Amino acid sequence: MTLSPSVIVPVSFNRRLKNRVVQGLVWLAFAVAVVPLISVLWLVVKNGAARFDTEFLTHSMRNIGARDAGGGAYHAILGTLEQVGVATLISVPVGLLTAIYLVEYGQGRRLSRSISFFVDVMTGIPSVVAGLFVLAFWVLVLGLGYSGIAGALALSILMMPTVVRSAEEMLRLVPNELREASYALGVPKWKTITRIVLPTALTGIVTGVMLAIARVAGETAPLLLTVFITDSINTDPFKGPQMGLPLYVFDQAQRPNVTAVDRAWAGALTLILIVMLLNLVARLISWWRSPAKGR
Amino acid sequence: MGRSAFRRSRGEGPFRFATTGAGILLLAIMAAIAVFLIVKAVPALQANTSHFLTEKIWTPNATKPVFGIAALAFGTVISSFLALIMALPVAIGVALFISHYAPRRLAGVLGYVIDLLAAVPSVVYGLWGVIFLIPFMKGPSTFLNTYFGWIPLFAGDAVYGKSILTGSIVLAIMILPIIAAISREVFLQAPTMLEEASLALGATRWEMIRMAVLPFGRPGVISAAMLGLGRAMGETIAVALIFPATFTITFQVLSANGNSIAANIANGFGEATPIGQGALIASGLVLFVITLVVNMAARLIISRRKEYSRAAA
Repeated sequence: MTLSPSVIVPVSFNRRLKNRVVQGLVWLAFAVAVVPLISVLWLVVKNGAARFDTEFLTHSMRNIGARDAGGGAYHAILGTLEQVGVATLISVPVGLLTAIYLVEYGQGRRLSRSISFFVDVMTGIPSVVAGLFVLAFWVLVLGLGYSGIAGALALSILMMPTVVRSAEEMLRLVPNELREASYALGVPKWKTITRIVLPTALTGIVTGVMLAIARVAGETAPLLLTVFITDSINTDPFKGPQMGLPLYVFDQAQRPNVTAVDRAWAGALTLILIVMLLNLVARLISWWRSPAKGR
Repeated sequence: MGRSAFRRSRGEGPFRFATTGAGILLLAIMAAIAVFLIVKAVPALQANTSHFLTEKIWTPNATKPVFGIAALAFGTVISSFLALIMALPVAIGVALFISHYAPRRLAGVLGYVIDLLAAVPSVVYGLWGVIFLIPFMKGPSTFLNTYFGWIPLFAGDAVYGKSILTGSIVLAIMILPIIAAISREVFLQAPTMLEEASLALGATRWEMIRMAVLPFGRPGVISAAMLGLGRAMGETIAVALIFPATFTITFQVLSANGNSIAANIANGFGEATPIGQGALIASGLVLFVITLVVNMAARLIISRRKEYSRAAA
């Protein structure tokens, strides 16, 4: 039998139509997803610019009456930096050590499998539950009161699993040959890890940590339950209620006056700038040091 | 590499101990969360003069505390499922777009754009919802009520912008990136051989995706959807600003009724008495258990398949 050209029939109209329709729907889905992003960013920039001034960045809300204009988020920015800083100091060592255990020591053990599973589950803990836990444990049972440190503890619970996951991924990327070469030179395992494996994976780990920081810097619910709310500057994270930038936005957004809503938008703008900056720097580091560029 | 190859180094023991200890600490934290929530919830539950699981009213600060989780849990479930129904098709579309439709060089950037949706803090979505979306939703809600009022979901005498539906839309926006990101990873891991084979047999792009990519990715998408559902249930601040905060059980998502466990914690914490705090902690415990079950189920689905190893991040 000879193969006549007519055996190869063109794709039927129906099938082509279906193909096109799906293609259109897929493009539409992407467009639909981007619309809210643009809307949010546009409104934040537009409405936030009104009060995004030096007074906003250098003054607190102390002695600002309910209807007054003016005032700022200095106390909140300060609080956020301290809380997120302390949270980072707590969660990075724990997260990094856990990742090292999972990659270098745990291989295949039951303990390592269950830690790995619960780290995944932990990423899904609602942030408000982390806040409630610190409230129950730190504030109510231990009686240590609302403070920046309590907020930092809640944030670190949310940060740890993210740090573990990203560090673990980076450690697994370190070629085994490096480890073996080091062992062959008689270097003990722990020194191989600290001197060879960690430095090799360092940029990746830094990127992961920065993304984790960006994630928790915007968390509001856990702070609401642990650092409480104040209008004054409190530089001491160990004592007394503090403020946080997300809390500030939440607090101002609930007040009925236009002046407060303006402050909320300016706070949102500040928060987004901080978070996006962290995100951007993290991506830049990973792009700059990525192996694909031959470094 | 036998242990005998090394002389035992003095640092080895402590270092190993520290790494194992850190891992165990994480497990201990998970256990501690459950333990301390229970410890602080019990006194409030004992003071409760109603049945916690079936009561709708939430007045734990009264001298005769009456509170129950029924209305809150109902609101949490219905708003999260609505959010999932809205987010899932869009997220699958976005994932397919980035994995199989977008120009190769742009795919990375476009994926990053979607990730940015997840980077916007929850409180900013809340503010956006209050100032922009609530007034905006008045129109579409009235439309749904007028023409689709025969569907119980959209029924009701009065329509408000500040409703469960508006909150669910914000939730959908917030869970879309995680569903899209995991689905994308899974779709990218569909065997290239199958894709090329179906194209070679004359399949159109859609037929190739339907026959080679989607069946492969289905368990991954299901688990991504469940992770998204868990996120939606636990989301707090945005919905605390948007939900009407009443304690009623109704399917009418356009009415000024509805609340969620998480939103109630954020809104009720300020004026809570010790019993009130205990009641909120008890409700948080319920939320913790629900999200734990949803998350564990999702993780079990995704970890059962070795091919997905990279997607679980």
